[in-house]
Amino acid sequence: MTHSRHEPKGPAAMKMHQLITADGDRVADELLDGFVSDLDDQSLRNLYEDMVVIRRIDFESTALQRQGQLALWPPLVGQEASQVGSARALEKEDFIFPTYRENGVVYCRGAEMSKAVGVWRGTSNTGWDPHEYNMATPQIIIGAQTLHATGYAMGLALEGKESLAIAYLGDGATSQGDVHEAMVFAASFQAPVIFFCQNNHWAISEPVGLQSHVPLAGRAPGYGIPSLQVDGNDVLAVLAATRWAAHRARTGGGPSFIEAVTYRMGPHTTADDPTRYRGVTELEEWGAKDPLARMRTFLINAGKLDDEAEAAISAKADEQAAALRLACINLPDPEAMSLFENVYVHEHSELELQREQYRAYLASFEPATASATQGVNANAQRSVS
Amino acid sequence: MSNLTLTQAINAGLRRALEDDPKVVLLGEDIGTLGGVFRVTDGLMKDFGSHRVIDTPLAESAIIGTAVGLAYRGFRPVCEIQFDGFIYPGFDQIVSQVAKLHARTQGMVRMPMTIRVPFGGGIGSPEHHSESPEAYFVHTSGLRVISPSNPQDAYTMLRQAIASDDPVLYFEPKRRYHVKGEVDLEGDLTAAPAMGSARIVEAGTDVTLVSYGPLVKTAVDAARAAAGEGISIEVIDLRSLSPVDYATVQESVQRTGRLVITHEAARTLGIGAELAASITERCFNYLESAPVRVTGFDIPYPPSKLEKHHLPDLDRILDGVDRALGRPNSHTGLEY
Ligand SMILES: Cc1ncc(C[n+]2csc(CCOP(=O)(O)OP(=O)(O)O)c2C)c(N)n1
Repeated sequence: MTHSRHEPKGPAAMKMHQLITADGDRVADELLDGFVSDLDDQSLRNLYEDMVVIRRIDFESTALQRQGQLALWPPLVGQEASQVGSARALEKEDFIFPTYRENGVVYCRGAEMSKAVGVWRGTSNTGWDPHEYNMATPQIIIGAQTLHATGYAMGLALEGKESLAIAYLGDGATSQGDVHEAMVFAASFQAPVIFFCQNNHWAISEPVGLQSHVPLAGRAPGYGIPSLQVDGNDVLAVLAATRWAAHRARTGGGPSFIEAVTYRMGPHTTADDPTRYRGVTELEEWGAKDPLARMRTFLINAGKLDDEAEAAISAKADEQAAALRLACINLPDPEAMSLFENVYVHEHSELELQREQYRAYLASFEPATASATQGVNANAQRSVS
Repeated sequence: MSNLTLTQAINAGLRRALEDDPKVVLLGEDIGTLGGVFRVTDGLMKDFGSHRVIDTPLAESAIIGTAVGLAYRGFRPVCEIQFDGFIYPGFDQIVSQVAKLHARTQGMVRMPMTIRVPFGGGIGSPEHHSESPEAYFVHTSGLRVISPSNPQDAYTMLRQAIASDDPVLYFEPKRRYHVKGEVDLEGDLTAAPAMGSARIVEAGTDVTLVSYGPLVKTAVDAARAAAGEGISIEVIDLRSLSPVDYATVQESVQRTGRLVITHEAARTLGIGAELAASITERCFNYLESAPVRVTGFDIPYPPSKLEKHHLPDLDRILDGVDRALGRPNSHTGLEY
């Protein structure tokens, strides 16, 4: 069974929208220019700052995983522009349905990163209060969130609201049935939803060419959903493209699909070994398109970033990373009986019984060793002799 | 005899099946170049080609659903579901199609398909990576559901599953993936214990302790600890969850008079519930006490820092044994 290993082939190569080239030059784009004409110098610097901080946080988290403080970490290095550009295009009322890799979006949303890392430390399954940040908790089941976003958007439309929902998804996710069904519903009900697909070229070991023989953005029109392909390493272009889609959603234009063409510079997660499936030349090629480097060059050439501003940004990144480290290390292990919390809003008697049985069981251990936060195994009273 | 880990034994079983029968094909996410996220299929694409070891797009319903079509065409597909929690997108194809086609077509269509699922907890994973979904499939007629607990069984049972003309769900105890054991790679399949048979792992006289997959080792540890206190536990590795080898369990319970069942899956309507009911029906007059279940709680799988509380361990199993023996047991004061 053969399939193309890398870029999707087939008909309909698409125009890739770009505003800043890999060399840091500003280029014009008829559709997108108007969506970023309002940005002043500070706003442009802020986009850069976000990306620097996010990369720093990502490196810190990877280090925390290597040091055994996190069980796992999904790095986003290379995808900073896609995450910052899209997240900064949203209003507070817009609701985000992320995957597990949207840590940059989490940061932009203002949710505490320390809570986000709890999911990877194994202290909780929830990063933050979805209602507080208008952002759902990380989705691991590939593609499931696209349906949730569509439904949320249908709800907004039913209530006559001007807000939108956005679903983040990967290139691999576009193969899932859920994603196709989401696009059908989104089109059927003209839901104000954005499908924001980060094509980072890999789904664990599988190249995007295995998932699709046409550009991913080329699929959406088949469902009646307008789409754009944008340079996902160009933060300005991603911001503009997402504003385009958001404008459509807010003005009754219905769903949109954005393919942000980017690259996962690191492994899929810290448990993965990319040397098994991808070559070094590919990495070098994408290294030259780095989203941070190009924005920096653009800002410096335009006289919008001096040494002092850069030092301040770098200091902020260090500060955020240090705070994250401290918060992560200090995250307490959850209390044993919290196992039984929140299974239901209205608990039933069978679960109550199991809770009481386990409480009594824990209490039956010696007081010195019965601390609920300690492992049962650790204080085993009867072990193999 | 070769000394192999459980993953290597499965790999050897797949290799042997691919060699023996050109109609065997493997399908799954990342099973090719990467060799699977657990490296179970390591080297197979290299040796058998990408038309036999097929890296599929990321879609479980499609993996199972296209395997149905391949089976119609006379292939014997072996599907890999990457983790337990990702079988649900393929659930409809398994329970509505795979399980029923033989009956629906009055025996004219066979589904000789194996669906491999790494399952269970205890490895510190995030959500959806530690589930024990076996009961859903046991509840569906037309499927066979098996789970090996050691490298030899992993090898033999996988070969039997692939050779079976009925669809088989093959649940791999992922926390035991690195356990080593002697494996006879040349053994005659017809001489091996049948796929549906249970095995007595440790003989004993006071209590019958039944388990399968990841908890068999824990059950054996519990039996050895109990032996130190003068309690003799007979440990049975179920091996097959559908059908269950009731003859073996029944014979044991008739001798011991007491039954404890342990599994990671939630208690309600789990394998333990079925076993307790069926053995009570069969052995009521022999039972000295009510069967006891030591299982995961009826909760969504907890974050990994709490899984040690959720998963039955040696102490909880022994507490269950105490209850079966009618001892003051864990001093909980509760009667059940
Ligand atoms: C339904 C389901 N199947 C399989 C997996 C295992 N898995 C986790 S991430 C992943 C690859 C996802 O690739 P993509 O959608 O491109 O997103 P990326 O991780 O590259 O951001 C796979 C196969 C899963 N989480 N959910």
